[in-house]
Amino acid sequence: MTIKIENLTYIYSPDSPFEVKALDNINLSIEDGEFIGLIGHTGSGKSTLIQHLNGLLKSTSGRIFIDDVDITKKEVKLKDIRQKVGLVFQYPEHQLFEETVLKDVSFGPKNLGLSDDETFQRAKEAVELVGIDFELIKDRSPFELSGGQRRRVAIAGVLAMKPKILILDEPTAGLDPKGRDDILGQIQNLYNSNDMTIILVSHSMEDIARLVNRIVVMHKGTIAMQDTPREVFKRAEDLEKIGLAIPQITYFMKELKSRVQNIRDDVLTVDEAKEEIIKFLRRHKNA
Amino acid sequence: MLKNITIGQYFPGETVIHKLDPRAKLIITFIFIISLFLIQNFHSYIFVLLFLVSALKFSKVPIKYILKGLKPIMFIIIITFVINIFMTKGEILFPIGPLEVTKEGLAHASFMALRLIFLIIGSSLLTLTTSPIALTDGIERLLNPFKRIGIPAHELAMMMTIALRFIPTLLEETDKIMKAQMARGADFESGNVLNRAKSLVPLLVPLFVSAFRRADELAMAMEARCYRGGENRTRMKQLKLEQRDVFVFVITIILLGIIIYFRYW
Repeated sequence: MTIKIENLTYIYSPDSPFEVKALDNINLSIEDGEFIGLIGHTGSGKSTLIQHLNGLLKSTSGRIFIDDVDITKKEVKLKDIRQKVGLVFQYPEHQLFEETVLKDVSFGPKNLGLSDDETFQRAKEAVELVGIDFELIKDRSPFELSGGQRRRVAIAGVLAMKPKILILDEPTAGLDPKGRDDILGQIQNLYNSNDMTIILVSHSMEDIARLVNRIVVMHKGTIAMQDTPREVFKRAEDLEKIGLAIPQITYFMKELKSRVQNIRDDVLTVDEAKEEIIKFLRRHKNA
Repeated sequence: MLKNITIGQYFPGETVIHKLDPRAKLIITFIFIISLFLIQNFHSYIFVLLFLVSALKFSKVPIKYILKGLKPIMFIIIITFVINIFMTKGEILFPIGPLEVTKEGLAHASFMALRLIFLIIGSSLLTLTTSPIALTDGIERLLNPFKRIGIPAHELAMMMTIALRFIPTLLEETDKIMKAQMARGADFESGNVLNRAKSLVPLLVPLFVSAFRRADELAMAMEARCYRGGENRTRMKQLKLEQRDVFVFVITIILLGIIIYFRYW
């Protein structure tokens, strides 16, 4: 599934004193099987952009192609797009409403008009994909689960539609460290084993650095940079200017480099840093 | 559709009308409504129109905004108009089927429709030019004298402030949940009445849950900042009547006078 965005502009409440240009002439293409990290500080237009990708918002001007189908055209069936492009909102557990987990996760597949058997099968698969024991939980009320479990059930509700492209808007906001690691691990698994295209919106530079293979940086409704994490995080000053940062460990390595010189500083994860420091120490022993 | 509700929507500005004391504006609107209902002949409307147009002009609220506010109640106006045309007896102009259109009916219908339109424009001008906080402040002060007979003025005003404060929040929340369910293939727009009502369940349940959560959090936050209602509370913005308030007030009284004059003499 490829996504191609051409000259996309979106204006909130046009012709009123509250008029805001949320997206300003965005051009972006995403290839099949990419893992994109979307970053930008609050109000930079990330959420507005992702809501265009499954037709929840109608662009003021510009076009969006999902697999060469222009979804800004009127005759496009929105249900088909929403099946292909799964969107997990911020705090998705706030959308839970059914009496049981099974019923809630089945909501999506049922709306697609699938048979009861197929719906059940998909719900089961989706719940297991997010790492929850289906049998144990299927008849419980979603409201009596823990925060992390509730969020995973909500994500399963989107996965049950079997989207080809999965968009997650800050899926780890407000979770404890374990809940966060669990969810990120499962997203990684989904990416590795289900050949999905994933777009992850996050404020955690560490998570982005560890997971994605391309970063898109948004600023004031435009795309400020897009490149591999290694290239993007080399530009610490530019990122700081627009209210962002680089991963803590990259800051650490930069500082280290300024003191000992001959060490790499374009390091993205703690593991990488460990390797690099060990290498550095070995070199020194020999010298 | 949610975007069309102008009543209760503040249009920020710095004009004379915006700066009037909310108490004065409330009383003026009240007198304006009373005068509307005292009117019995068409030529009195000229003065009302003059009053409204100048108020609009000074407030700098775009006409488009006012018209948008009229849209949701257009239905009621049209119904009133149609019923009045047919229900008034008098000189017959022409018949439609078993019903008859009379000269008096036509006059009476347009008379009522105008009254409704002026009523809505007048009251929406109040909410368009007064911030909700100022409005409830004004209401609280106006209700103050009734405290003695047991009307909890401060609590009422506080409830109104909170309710008004949460309208946009809840609208936003509704929008968010709606989108989240639409992303899961929910359809809020097609089907018959029963199906549409059913399709609201995935929207209403989460909305209620979050409204209760918010209420709880707000109560805690207020408690944490030692909120105690009523007695001995001071306020940051003291309301003070100024010359312009008196001036506008006098104009309104004159309007009322003219209308009473035309009604009885």
